[in-house]
Formats: sequence, C-alpha cells, structure tokens
Amino acid sequence: MSTSAKYWRGIPQRYRLEAEKCTDCGAQFFPPRVVCSGCGGREFEEIKLDDRGKLLTYTVIRVGPSEFCEQTPYAMGIVELEGGVRMTGQIADVDFDDLEVGLPIKIEFRKIREEGEAGILCYGYKFVPDK
Amino acid sequence: MAGIIGYGAYMPRNRIKVEEIAKVWGADAPSYKRGLMLQEKSVPSPDQDVITMSVEATKHALTRAEIDPSKIGAVYVGSESHPYAVKPSGTVLAEAIGATPEVHCADFEFACKAGSEAMFVCMGLVDSEKIEYGLAVGADTSQGAPSDALEYSAAAGAASFVIGRDPGVAKVIETYSFMTDTPDFWRRSYMHYPRHAGRFTGEPAYFKHIMGCAKGIMAKVKMEPKDFAYVVFHQPNGKFPQRVGKMLGFTKEQIDPGWLSPTLGNTYSGSSPMGLTATLDVAKPGDMVLMVSYGSGAGSDGFVFEVTDRIDEVRNVAPGTRELLDKKTYIEYGTYAKYRRKIRMGE
Repeated sequence: MSTSAKYWRGIPQRYRLEAEKCTDCGAQFFPPRVVCSGCGGREFEEIKLDDRGKLLTYTVIRVGPSEFCEQTPYAMGIVELEGGVRMTGQIADVDFDDLEVGLPIKIEFRKIREEGEAGILCYGYKFVPDK
Repeated sequence: MAGIIGYGAYMPRNRIKVEEIAKVWGADAPSYKRGLMLQEKSVPSPDQDVITMSVEATKHALTRAEIDPSKIGAVYVGSESHPYAVKPSGTVLAEAIGATPEVHCADFEFACKAGSEAMFVCMGLVDSEKIEYGLAVGADTSQGAPSDALEYSAAAGAASFVIGRDPGVAKVIETYSFMTDTPDFWRRSYMHYPRHAGRFTGEPAYFKHIMGCAKGIMAKVKMEPKDFAYVVFHQPNGKFPQRVGKMLGFTKEQIDPGWLSPTLGNTYSGSSPMGLTATLDVAKPGDMVLMVSYGSGAGSDGFVFEVTDRIDEVRNVAPGTRELLDKKTYIEYGTYAKYRRKIRMGE
C-alpha cells in the first residue's frame, strides 16, 4: 500500500528541516509539537534548522532490513544541530574508522527509501561528515 | 539582460578507476586511458540520484545567489536519468528549496544537453520578463552497459544555475543553438542501457554540432577564439573536448580549467554545465567565457558569458567544483556493480 499521504505530510520537515521555536521559553522542536515540553506554552514560531551540527552517538548496522541491503553496513547516529535540536538519521559517506563522538556533521538531501520497484521514492535528510 | 546570479555543483564521492573496470572485462586499461584520456569516474551511492544531486548543487547556487527562493519562477531539471518516468524531478527540487507553489516546473531531456536547454529557456523567460529568477539544473547518473566503452565514462554529477537579471556573476551576452536529426546515441522506451553508433558519434555528431555551434555564436558576437579567456565544451571523454578546442583554434590553457572529464567522467547533462562552474571558480571580472554543450540526437547550445565583479564576492561562499572533485573514495567493481544495480537480486 502506498504511503504517499504520510510521506507528503512530512515534506516540510524531511526536505527543508522546518521546526518550531516556543515563543515563551525559546525551546526548539523538530518535528513541531502542539505543547512545549519545557514550559507548556502553545505559541510557536516557525524556524528552519541549521544544517550543521555534531555527532552525539552512533552505531553501525551490519544486518539491515532487506530494502537497505545495497547500503549495508551503514552507520546511524544522533546529531545535535547548532541550536540544540537532536535528530536521528543515517550517516552516509563516512569511513567507519572516522566515526567518533563530536564529529562535525552536515546534512545532505538523499534518497531514504524506495517503495519497491513501482512505488514512490522517499527523500529526506542524512548526515555526512563536515570536512 | 539575463545573467547567472548564482552557480553550484555537486558530485558523489565514490570513484572507480579505468583499470578496475578494464580488469573485469579483460580490456587493455592503458589503451582506454590513452585513447579516451580518462583515469576514473564518479559513481553515485544507492541513496544518490538526479534529484538528490540537483538539490545539493542548487543549495550551493542559492548560497552564491543570495536570493529568496520563493522568487524563483521556473525550475527546470535537464537529465536523461530522471528517477521517475512520470513525475518531474523539479517538483521535489522546488519543494526542497522552498520555491513552491508559485513556480513553473518541467523536466527536460536531450541526451547530454538537457542541462543547457534548461539554462537556455530560463534565460529567455528572464529576458522576456516573465519571471524574475529561473533555476536551471543539468544532472545525470547515467549508465553504460557492462563492458561497453560507455561504462568507462558514464558518471554522475550536477550543476545548478540561478538565472536572473543583472547584476549577476556572469552576463549572458549571446545564445545560439545548432541542431539536426543525427541518430548517434539513443535509448528506447523501457531499455535500461543506451545504444550508440560507435565511431559515428564522433565526426558527424559531436564534432559537427560543436563546431557548427561554436562558429555560429562567435560569428554572431563577432569574436574569435583569442577573445575568450576560457572555453567549455561537452566532455563525453577527456579527448574530444581537447580535440574540438584545438580544431576551433583554442589553446589548452583556455580549455583546462573547465576540463573535468579525465577524473570525473562524463556527467551527461551535467557535463558542460559543471565545466562552466569549474571555470567560474577561477574566472576574473571581465573575462569572456564560451560554453558549447552537446546532446546526442543531436544538437549543441552555445553561450557567451562576460564575468562580472560580483564573482570575487561569491566565489568562495560555497564549495568549488574542483574542491568537490578532490573529495573521493575509490570503490571496486563489485561495489560499483551493487551500487549501480547491475546484479540480479532474488525476488
């Protein structure tokens, strides 16, 4: 079954890193929330996240789902962007020997997955070393 | 007058050497390297395609253009390897950069000159004041059939240009097109790999059209090869652009800054546009640049640019083309075959 609608709803975040900032306490949220988990505020301004940050933690997937067999082994990580937002994603174009906490990261637009041979192509962000 | 407001390039990090391909097929690597003047080529990862490379090249172009993306009135992606058969690559690109919804969008195809087609059309729309800015991208992840001569050159890369009115980094002084029906290279519907007519792709195809276009546009602007600081030709391999440049009276010094194919390969619709981005990376204000694309089928688009003072302000705010070219990881043929889906998988 196609996931077009679900994919389409996430386009602002997946493509453009659109997030929200609480107008009361300044906390940033990605993806956007209805209620600020910091102060309970309900007013937010739309912001675009910085595309650079640093690696907080990582792992290497050596037995991945079948649709990722072309990319196995691959690294996954949690990155903290400048501004404080933390996000999870795949780390592409990295030599595993270079993986370390604090590694400077930038975000690139990549294909995340394909819905089989005939389904939609799903795009979004991945991390690559910023060097 | 239309001009290039911002420009950017992108290419995958993977490279495969000519020796690695030749080893698998029992071919003589030195003769390929000497004959085609090719050393290695770029290879896309499984998560890279025309759309992803177009977005990354355009990010660099927008950094140099310093414009609001919502003012872009047209998004055109030229490629012969669009990821979708039906659904424009430009829809994803326009959405990713924030140019939607008030934007005209279309994908172009004309073998290796689809990118220059996009540039040509954007320049016309800007000159006619239909749009304030247009985005023109040439990108490809083309494939050559295993063991075919094309397998040594078919590479991946993208170049993106924000076209607008002055002042930009380069004014468009003139444009010109030269086109005939010449069946030198083609890919029929549902076919995975293209076919080509061997040596017929040379004299009656590449050389005739590039020569015709270059001579035509130089006559239009009353200029000669010595009047240009740089020249960029389509680069199906390393040899052809050097040879056609010499035939037209250009020197190696005029060609070399934009001559990427020996270590990049043929990026098809991205080829001459990426040669132009590499040339703009080193051009000085006042330099005249001639670019002539070539697309099989067959035709050439010609452009005469005059580089402006703004080039010095924006040149280094985004990665240079050769800076990207120098970032590389070599892969073996097995990895290349997996990445390019040349291996039949279980169902």
